[in-house]
Amino acid sequence: MTTVTLQNLRKEFGDVVAVKGIDLEIEDGEFLVIVGPSGCGKSTTLRLLAGLEATTGGRIEMDERDVTGVEPKDRNVAMVFQNYALYPHMTGRRNITFGMKSSGDFTDEEIERRVEDAAETLDIVDLLDRKPEAMSGGERQRVALGRAIVRDPDAFLMDEPLSNLDAKLRIQMRAELARLHSALETTTVYVTHDQTEAMTLGERVVVMNDGQIMQVDEPQALYDFPANRFVAEFIGDPAMNMIPVDIEDGRAVHDAFTLPLPSVDEPASTDRNGAGDAPLGDTQRAVLGIRPEDFHLPDARSDDGLPRIDAEVNVREPLGDSLLLHCSIGATSCNIQAAPRTAVRAGETVSVTYDPARLHLFDAETGDAFYHSESHHSTDEQVLSRASK
Amino acid sequence: MVELLQYAKRRAGALRGDHATETTHGASAGTHLQLWLLVFAVVFPIAVALIVSTKETGVVTSLGDLVPGSYAVENYREALVDYRFGRFMWNSLAMSLVIVVGKLIVSVFAAMAIVYYRVPYKDLVFLFILFTLLLPVPVRFIPLFQLMNDLGWSNTILAITVPYIASATTVFILRQHFLSIPTSIVETAKIDGVGPLRFMLFVLLPMSKGVLVGVSIIMFVYAWNQYLWPLIIIDSEANQVAQVGLQLLQGDVQGGQLSWSLVMAGSTLTLLPPLLLMIVFRKPLLETFSIQQK
Repeated sequence: MTTVTLQNLRKEFGDVVAVKGIDLEIEDGEFLVIVGPSGCGKSTTLRLLAGLEATTGGRIEMDERDVTGVEPKDRNVAMVFQNYALYPHMTGRRNITFGMKSSGDFTDEEIERRVEDAAETLDIVDLLDRKPEAMSGGERQRVALGRAIVRDPDAFLMDEPLSNLDAKLRIQMRAELARLHSALETTTVYVTHDQTEAMTLGERVVVMNDGQIMQVDEPQALYDFPANRFVAEFIGDPAMNMIPVDIEDGRAVHDAFTLPLPSVDEPASTDRNGAGDAPLGDTQRAVLGIRPEDFHLPDARSDDGLPRIDAEVNVREPLGDSLLLHCSIGATSCNIQAAPRTAVRAGETVSVTYDPARLHLFDAETGDAFYHSESHHSTDEQVLSRASK
Repeated sequence: MVELLQYAKRRAGALRGDHATETTHGASAGTHLQLWLLVFAVVFPIAVALIVSTKETGVVTSLGDLVPGSYAVENYREALVDYRFGRFMWNSLAMSLVIVVGKLIVSVFAAMAIVYYRVPYKDLVFLFILFTLLLPVPVRFIPLFQLMNDLGWSNTILAITVPYIASATTVFILRQHFLSIPTSIVETAKIDGVGPLRFMLFVLLPMSKGVLVGVSIIMFVYAWNQYLWPLIIIDSEANQVAQVGLQLLQGDVQGGQLSWSLVMAGSTLTLLPPLLLMIVFRKPLLETFSIQQK
C-alpha cells in the first residue's frame, strides 16, 4: 500500500532528454498505466521509479519517503519485464524463490508458504518444477508475475509485460492482470504502447509524448475530452479526424461545410484537462476533431436538423462489426465509421451528419484543446437522462 | 568427428556463398574430396609419428617402412618410466590446470567488472587489456626472468603459471558473452537484492557454462603447449614439463643415433590430453567459436 509521487523528474542521456521534468501522483492501490509511442520516455520513467536509472533531476517519493537515490533493492518494488527475465537454468520454483532467498528477509517456511499461495493464485502449480524452456510465453509471464507477487512489494512495475504474447493470450492475460490487481490491491504502474491495454487496464492513464506528460485521466475521459491533438489522435482506433477550419461567430467554417458549434455552459478551460479559454466568437484558425464513429450516414439519424456534409468515399474497409469508409471532405481526408452492411460503394458521394455533442476544437498552432462541445458536467447529466429514457 | 566434418562442410558451403547446397546430404563429391585431402594433410604427420613410435629405431627411409612395428609397449614404457616422461606430463598437467583455473577466475571477475559495473573510463581499460594482445609473450621474457629470480620463484610451478594467469583473449570472449545476457535478467537480480557474488555464482556462471568450458579447452591447449618459457625458467629435470621433456628424449643419443621411435612415443603421449579434452568437450568448443555467428 503505497503512494508514489514524482516531482519535476528529469532524465538525460548525454544530449538526449528522455524525461523532461514530469510531475505525477500515483495513489495508493491504484492501477496506473503509462502509454505513449516508442521513445516517449515511458519506460525510462518506470526505470527511474525502479531505481534502475539514476535521475538527472527531480524527486521520487514513496509514502513520503524520498527514494530518489535509493538502491533498487531498498525500494521494495517488483518489476515484470517484457521478455519475462526468468533465469533460464532455474526451475519455476527456484526462479520465484531465488530473489527472496538472496534478500535474507524471509524464513524458509515463509518462502514455501508464499510460493504455494502465489502458485495457486496464478494457477502455476504445475510449472514450478519446469524450466523456462519448457514453458510457453504465457506460462513464463505467469511465473514472472509469481516472482513479483511473492515478495509482497509496495508497488508493481510492469514494462510491457504482454507485448511478447500472441493476441489471444494477451487478452486472456490482460483479464488475469486486472483480476490479480483487484485481489491484491497493490499500487501498480504499467507501461505499454498499446492503447487498448491502457484503456482496459488503467484506473487512470498517463499519456506521454516526447518526455512529457500530455494528459492524466480516467480512460473514458481521455477518450471524450482529450487535452490536445496528440492525445486525441493517439487514443482511439481509428484515430480522430482532424479537419482544419476557421472559427467564425460560433461556427466552424470549412470549404465543404459550415457547422454550428453548440455553446457550452462550462467552457473547456474550467474542466480538468486545462485547455485555454479562447472565445468562440472571434475569427481564428483551428482544427476540428471528430471521431470516425461520431459521423453518421443520414438514414441513421434522418430528422435532426443538422447540416449535412458531403463526403466522397475513396476506399471501404468492412471490419465485420463496422464499416470503415476512407473519404474526402473537400480537400481533407477523413475516416467515417458506418454500420456494417451499409450499401455504399467506393467513388460514391455520401451525405453525412455528426454527433453535435462530440465535437472538439484544437488550437491550430499549439494543438491544445480549447473546446469540447460536451463538458464533463453535462456528460454526467446526459448519461443520467439517457439512462432514464 | 562426424559432427566436426558436417560442421566444416556447412561452413565451407556458407563461405562459398552457396546456401542452396548447405545441407548435410547435398554436398557434392568435390567437396568430399577437398575435405578428405585436408583431413589427410592434418592427420598424415600424426599417423607417421604414431607408426614410428611402434618401431625399434624409427628410421623411415621409404614408404615401405611405414608399417607398424612391434616395439610399441617397449617404447612407451621406456619413455614413461626410464626417461620419467610420466613426471613431465604430470608437471604439464599441473601447470595447465593452474593456468586454466587462474585465468578463469581473473577473467570472470575482470569481464564482470567491465560489463556490469560503472567504472570510469571502462572502455579505455578494456582497450588497454586488448592492447596487451599486441605484445608477444617472448618480449617479456627477460624482465620476467629477472622478476621470477628476484621473487625466488625460478624452478617452481609459480614461475610457469602466474605470468600466464591474466588473459586478454579470455576477458574479451567472456565480455562478449556477458553482454549477450539480457539486461532484464541482471536488473531483476538488482531489484531482488541479489548480491554481486551470489549473482556471479548462481546466475552468471551457470548461464555461461558453455562458453567457460570452450574457453577452458582453448586455454588448456595453449598452456599445455608452452615450451620456451619453461625451458628458460625451469632448470631442474624433476620440475620440467612435457614439451621440454621431448627435447630431453631427443637429446639422448644411443650409439651416435637419435632414437626417433622414443621421441615419437613422447610426442604421441603429449598429444593425448588435449586430444581427449577436444573429443569430450567438442560441443561447447564449437559453440564458443560460433559466437560471432549469433
